[in-house]
Amino acid sequence: MHPVVKLIAQRLALGLLLLLAVSVLIFAGTEMLPGDVAQAILGQSATETALRNLREEMGLNQPAITRYFQWLGGILQGDLGTALSNKKEIATEIGARLGNTLFLAFWAAAVSVPLAIGLGLLAVRYRNRWPDKLISGVTLATISLPEFVAGYILMYLLTVKFRIFSPISTIYDSMSFGQKLNAIALPVMVLVLVVLAHMMRMTRAAILNVMQSAYIETAELKGLRPLTIIARHAFPNAIAPVVNVVMLNLAYLVVGVVVVEVVFVYPGMGQYLVDHVTKRDVPVVQACGLIFAAVYIGLNIFADVISILANPRLRHPK
Amino acid sequence: MKDDLAKLLDFIDGAGLSRRSFLTRSAAFGATAVVGTALTTGRASAEEPKKGGVLKIGLGGGEATDTLDPGLADSQVPFALNRNWGDTIVRVTPDGQIEPRLAESFSSNPEGTEWTFTIRQGVKFHDGSDMTVDDVVATFKRHSDENSKSGALGIMKGISDISADGQNVVMKLETGNADLPYLLADYHLVIQPKGGVDNPAAGIGTGAYKVVSAEAGVRYVLEKNADDWDTTRGHYDGVEILVINDSTARNSALQAGQVHMINRVDPKVAQLLSKTPGVVVTNISGPGHYVFIMHCDTAPFDNNDLRLALKYSINRQEMVDKILSGYGGVGNDIPINASYPLFDATLEQRPYDLAKAAEHYKASGHDGSPIELLVADGAFPGAVDAATLWQASCEQAGIPLVVKKVPDDGYWSDVWNVKPFCASYWGGRPVQDQMYSTAYLSTAEWNDTRFKDPEFDALLIEARAETDTTKRQELYSKIAHILRDTGGVIVPMFNDYIDGHSETVAGWIEDPTTEMMGGWAAQKTWFA
Repeated sequence: MHPVVKLIAQRLALGLLLLLAVSVLIFAGTEMLPGDVAQAILGQSATETALRNLREEMGLNQPAITRYFQWLGGILQGDLGTALSNKKEIATEIGARLGNTLFLAFWAAAVSVPLAIGLGLLAVRYRNRWPDKLISGVTLATISLPEFVAGYILMYLLTVKFRIFSPISTIYDSMSFGQKLNAIALPVMVLVLVVLAHMMRMTRAAILNVMQSAYIETAELKGLRPLTIIARHAFPNAIAPVVNVVMLNLAYLVVGVVVVEVVFVYPGMGQYLVDHVTKRDVPVVQACGLIFAAVYIGLNIFADVISILANPRLRHPK
Repeated sequence: MKDDLAKLLDFIDGAGLSRRSFLTRSAAFGATAVVGTALTTGRASAEEPKKGGVLKIGLGGGEATDTLDPGLADSQVPFALNRNWGDTIVRVTPDGQIEPRLAESFSSNPEGTEWTFTIRQGVKFHDGSDMTVDDVVATFKRHSDENSKSGALGIMKGISDISADGQNVVMKLETGNADLPYLLADYHLVIQPKGGVDNPAAGIGTGAYKVVSAEAGVRYVLEKNADDWDTTRGHYDGVEILVINDSTARNSALQAGQVHMINRVDPKVAQLLSKTPGVVVTNISGPGHYVFIMHCDTAPFDNNDLRLALKYSINRQEMVDKILSGYGGVGNDIPINASYPLFDATLEQRPYDLAKAAEHYKASGHDGSPIELLVADGAFPGAVDAATLWQASCEQAGIPLVVKKVPDDGYWSDVWNVKPFCASYWGGRPVQDQMYSTAYLSTAEWNDTRFKDPEFDALLIEARAETDTTKRQELYSKIAHILRDTGGVIVPMFNDYIDGHSETVAGWIEDPTTEMMGGWAAQKTWFA
């Protein structure tokens, strides 16, 4: 077997094992939440009778181990179960929400990744001069701003003061593609501002590291233009750390944008998860947790594989 | 994030004002009350409604976990939604009268133990089937089933028998209750085909709008019901409800013209929002109120002098000004205010009197150990701030009040109705009896102050069946005195409902029953 294929297979197997371990953690974690589902659903209106009825109906009387294996068995067959709070199929509900989340994450990534890398290259080209300082200063400032502050500022400026965009980013099926893009413009902007600095700084640092190498000097001496040196000779050798940080940020765009979703009323996974956490809707919380974990693990494996492929030493191990 | 939603049930439950003449007419003499719909369209109705357009409403209080089952509606969005696709048999009008809806008329025997509702004929459900007496009976039976999780179960408990009799629905009560029509106006009791037993979340009703699509916690689309039995409502071609839980986003959506109406305007920004051109902010005082509750059976709160000391040491006006930004009224340690029928306006307001507080504190013989008050942000908006204000004024009276902030998580299961001293809120109820019976009767499941007074109980039961309005008012006055002077509840303030709408919307009227014109905004307004 080709060593690369073997390496990838190994990573995948490890990823699956990790996912299994995460499933145990998620299940144990949700078991430890304070209060119980029945109580949380009924809230202040809970009476003893109603609580008893609800617990019985939801099978909360069975031991945890039994419920874990029932749950795991269901997931392996693609059955995420039914939401306790509204009796809807979790798989269908999550399907739509996950689609929305990926849509937003995709466009945020499509803007931020090339922008971050491009700015990183520019920063290296003009390192320690004013373009470098300006790029670093601005991106560091935007990452330091909490997302909701950035969101409210943009909302005030671009929807209330100048009515360019919609403050409400709710998207639904009957919208055209253009309408959808228009609706998510503001959250995409905010997300770009949030993730830009991290990726840009990492690109800059990684390339600067490579720039010390002897072959860069050679390239300079043979008279190549600075940007060509950076793009053709330095960047390919700096891909591994850049890909890692890009993947981390992509994972963040998928699993960590609850605040932005709330501010812009975007029907994504984060809001969906939060709603169900407050109602102690354990099956949904578990399913969301597992999907988030899978996204994280998957993207990290992807980053690993890219690093391996980008590095001849890892591609051709002795 | 929205931990207080567990209790929003109560915010919405608040309904109803004066019952006035209706009681004497229908209950005392067994006469039939018939109130035409035209009577109740309110003060802005001089203008002729225009038809058409799609109304967009931005509402807070919706979640991905919501369902269309009216019995399970427990927050603002399901409430507003159900109002539009379904009907109840009666409703409470803005001026506190009962208006027959799917019931054409109703009457009771003089004792108020047997009620007859004549059901309207020729009304069709959205699926084309006829709405019949059997559907009404089946609906009520579904909500009164002991195993049902309906929010109206408590209301239905007192009804011992529900039966169809020709065109009538007959209800028999265990004890006389002159308030029954007010209770049946409850928003959970939406009449559904075959009672909604098979599919409670079908969203099929007799309402002004039909449900086109429902995406819980995101967006609901409704279209005009062309066969609506009531032609005086439902002026829009369609209604779109957007769930916007973030208060700032709601305000921006209204300011930017993305939506025409919003609910739950934050009191802190209401003034500011109202200055936006084209935006109207309305506020109306309702029966909802914030409370601090003490368990009357637990030391040190089993001492009435200590309870009085705490009651005198709270600066109510300051709380209304600072916590509600003036959008509310001061409370008087009873859960009732002028928004209730038969309210005794002569009841003396308890002053903020630190000297008296100190005096009562001394008389209580309390040992000076810290009195711990548990609060969470979710108890009511501004609860922690209110408690801190109170702590400061207690300090001046020498009362060692200590505020302990606890997490919102599990507040309603582990703190409220469990710990002896904490913050909470009530949304109010349509009538005094229901409010008192829910939380202050010795035997009430939600007696969160552990207030047990046989005299209070006896008076309350007596008042419930009393059909003479004057006598009844006297009884309620006595009840209020007892609770105010010996109860375990401290009511610093009643909160207003604050909504916002665009100037393009006409026909907005004041309705103190609940927010968004009592939930009727989409049906009773139109585009100017």
